[in-house]
Amino acid sequence: MTVLTVPTADAVPAGLSRRTRILRRLRRNPLAVVSFVVLALAAVAALLSPWLAPYAVEQTDFAHTFAPPGSPGHLLGTDDLGRDVLSRIMLGARASLQVAFLAVATSLVIGVPLGLAAGYFRAWDAVISRFTDLLLAFPFLIMAVGLAAIRGASLTNAAVAVGIAQIPGVIRVVRSDTLRLKSLDFVAAAIVDGASDLWVLARHILPNATSVILVQATVAIPAAILGEAVLSFLGLGIQPPAPSLGTMLATAQQFAARAPWAAVLPGVVIMGLALAFNVFGDALRDALDPKGDRR
Amino acid sequence: MARYLITRAWQSALTLLLSTIVVFFGVRALPGDPALALAGEDRSPEALEAIRHHYGLDQPLPLQFAQYVGRMAQGDFGESIRTGIPVSSMLTTALPVTAELAVLAILIAAALGVGAGVLAAVRRGHPAEWLANGLALVGLSVPHFWLGLLAILYLSVATGLFPASGFVPLLDDPVDNLHHLVLPAVILGTGLAAIIMRQTRSAMLDSLSSDYVRTAKAKGLRPRAVITRHALRNSLIVVVTIVGLQLGGLISGAVVTEQIFGLPGFGKMTIDAVFQRDYPVIQAVVLLTATAYILINFLVDLLYSVIDPRIRVTGDPA
Amino acid sequence: MTTTERIGDRPAPAAPALELRDLSVTFRTEGGNVSAVDRVSLDLAPGEIVGMVGESGCGKSVTAMSIAGLLPDSARITGSIRLQGTELVGARDSVLRRVRGKEIAYIFQEPMSSLNPVLTVGRQIAEVLQVHERMSRRAARARAVELLALVGIPSPATRVDNYPHQLSGGMRQRVMIAMAVACGPKVLVADEPTTALDVTVQAGILQVLRDLRDRLGTSILIITHDLGVIADVADRVVVMYAGRVVERAQVTDLFAHPHHRYTAGLLSASPTPGVHAGTQRLQEIPGLVPVLSSQPDACTFADRCPAADTRCRDAAPPLAAVATATDHLAACWHPCPIPRTQPEEASA
Repeated sequence: MTVLTVPTADAVPAGLSRRTRILRRLRRNPLAVVSFVVLALAAVAALLSPWLAPYAVEQTDFAHTFAPPGSPGHLLGTDDLGRDVLSRIMLGARASLQVAFLAVATSLVIGVPLGLAAGYFRAWDAVISRFTDLLLAFPFLIMAVGLAAIRGASLTNAAVAVGIAQIPGVIRVVRSDTLRLKSLDFVAAAIVDGASDLWVLARHILPNATSVILVQATVAIPAAILGEAVLSFLGLGIQPPAPSLGTMLATAQQFAARAPWAAVLPGVVIMGLALAFNVFGDALRDALDPKGDRR
Repeated sequence: MARYLITRAWQSALTLLLSTIVVFFGVRALPGDPALALAGEDRSPEALEAIRHHYGLDQPLPLQFAQYVGRMAQGDFGESIRTGIPVSSMLTTALPVTAELAVLAILIAAALGVGAGVLAAVRRGHPAEWLANGLALVGLSVPHFWLGLLAILYLSVATGLFPASGFVPLLDDPVDNLHHLVLPAVILGTGLAAIIMRQTRSAMLDSLSSDYVRTAKAKGLRPRAVITRHALRNSLIVVVTIVGLQLGGLISGAVVTEQIFGLPGFGKMTIDAVFQRDYPVIQAVVLLTATAYILINFLVDLLYSVIDPRIRVTGDPA
Repeated sequence: MTTTERIGDRPAPAAPALELRDLSVTFRTEGGNVSAVDRVSLDLAPGEIVGMVGESGCGKSVTAMSIAGLLPDSARITGSIRLQGTELVGARDSVLRRVRGKEIAYIFQEPMSSLNPVLTVGRQIAEVLQVHERMSRRAARARAVELLALVGIPSPATRVDNYPHQLSGGMRQRVMIAMAVACGPKVLVADEPTTALDVTVQAGILQVLRDLRDRLGTSILIITHDLGVIADVADRVVVMYAGRVVERAQVTDLFAHPHHRYTAGLLSASPTPGVHAGTQRLQEIPGLVPVLSSQPDACTFADRCPAADTRCRDAAPPLAAVATATDHLAACWHPCPIPRTQPEEASA
């Protein structure tokens, strides 16, 4: 950007692989470490929740409805039906992560090939752009409404709606990175050498685009978590009595004055998960940025 | 500029056509006989036949599509299955509420987001940057409907400062109208504010390290003039684009916000329709949203070309 | 070192417009402090054009930027920069702001990116006049039209309302020059002003600079890696290598008798001194410009020099007058023999 060339002495010794350098940068960033630990703990708690949760999620106890947090046997209290809030939060978080990963995986499976094609083949670019515009024209909640009208509300419905909504973002970043990589010498050399398009895409472009895809996925997951929560809250996603952070909030809304903790805690968990992913995503982007400490 | 606009107009029209086709076939994918779905209460064979004939369901598909487009273009979205009220008149009462909410939210988000973004870029390494970045991350991560719930719980119910729900039309009582809308608009605006802040900050950092900002400094301008006249002007182009791109998120957010605050807008109408299986309403909502999204983004492109002279003026060979 | 130079300098006709004394610049980076400029001294007489030449990374641009305090905050500047007696190193921002654009003006390498894309060129020129001359908007605009005419832009009255993207590269650079000379600066710093331009356009830009010097008496410091540009416009030349001045002389002397081995290497790409050699690129000297994390007590060119011996690696040679001329200085233990060595031998 500027002609002023400041001699840059990288503190990292030469000869270290790019992966080692990125990991080292991540380890040196306290925010990255904290968010990673939070995510790891959350993942373990969510995966093992069927065994770790103190109560069965659907176990009601009408003698102890609206027990406040700290009540004996109920660390985070109970809800209107006397169900244990902690247990439901754990399983709800599991459902959230499930939907989020499913949605992001869907968007990657569809978006990455389209993004590669749009960036690599000029002729496909215009067609894929129209497809992207079309997807963007249906905001995710409206898409979820339409899908719910056709197929009925369910966890899958939520994942599909959230996943489709994320395809344009994936196409955009993969396309622009493909354009960038295609102009680099080593790719041009491979093309001149007569490598087939598929070979160039698979061996040269995709491996080099992984870091961009990884960052995109990391920021897509928190968006998907929030998306699932909204849909379940509105009744368009996971259906009660299955536990979901969104449906918990919807129920709690009616009793918020009597049991505010039931309305506060699931939201805190959603925010915590999303925040951890967003913080980690930022740290990852910084670590992958060849410009180093630029942002 | 003319060529750019013609291209964008053509692309928008194509997208509009494609989305109409999607909705048209979406309606056909509804479970059961569309005539049955459209009929509502009266399901006698004669009534169904009349509906089939009225909607041209007995015609070949391309003709049906042409008629469909014709009806939609005239604003004939059919009638609500539940109430029998024409969908178009439901929209005329609901849309102004949503439009006002959205405009307020955009204004709040732009003011907060641009301000915080500039601050974070200019005060690098200062606690203000740290605070602005942290708030933006929280704004991106917080579920807004939950924030709305908390606001109702702790600001409306507990203190009575704001009404917890309801709506007063702007023309009836502007003050009361704002009083009802300000809390929902702030809640709806926070997510957008976070996105605008991050984009503004990143665009400002790019501008501030650009050659033309160095030129501005070399001219002896005050830091304030360098920031506002040179760096920010260029960064705002990015912000306008972001608002256009985030429109979908804003529409989704408006639906939820209206639901929580009981605002009688487009979003509440949509959610009610889903649970009542009010297919004509859902269809109108989906089609109108897509149309609005496409048209507004076309307008954003127009605005973009007004702000950015590189698009506005075609360079003559010099 | 300072005394050596004082003796070596030709008697200045008037007080210098700009004086650099032992100017050093270091940058704080992740990997510790990095030195970019090391004890550079230089005088710029009124109306004189001095060329500063060297490979990229040799510190010439950093030197140029440091003069009006345009370096990023991570830079630490020591030594002295005097503008007609006023010390600029460590001066307050308000002082520097009054100097920038008014007393010291800049022209940068990339005329496209150096002009703000969303403002008309007229407004960008008028801005300087409004800030420093307190001109009204209308008066500043009228003056901008005159300035555009001064730098040779045809139909300036319409061009004033153009945006940078509507102009050619050469025209944009003329706009940059118009902006730079708007307030009649004492010193003009031109950092690679012709590098981004076509050869045919280059000559026009250099002609504009010469005219301005003749008409306004502006001193010009021109930074370039192109010896052709130096031969074309400069009166004196300073050769920089790895943050240090390695040779300083009248242009004719330098082209006729380069003393430093590095200068000789540079010249080997320009076989006809004094002839504009814009089409020719500098011949590659084997090796890279060293990064000066620490300032070694040695000749920084030793690793690439054909004549280097243990002395060169043990002690840095001082910048001292050479035998042939008192205003010709070189920092070399083993200067090229006179008459000038043939290019092949110099780079062998």
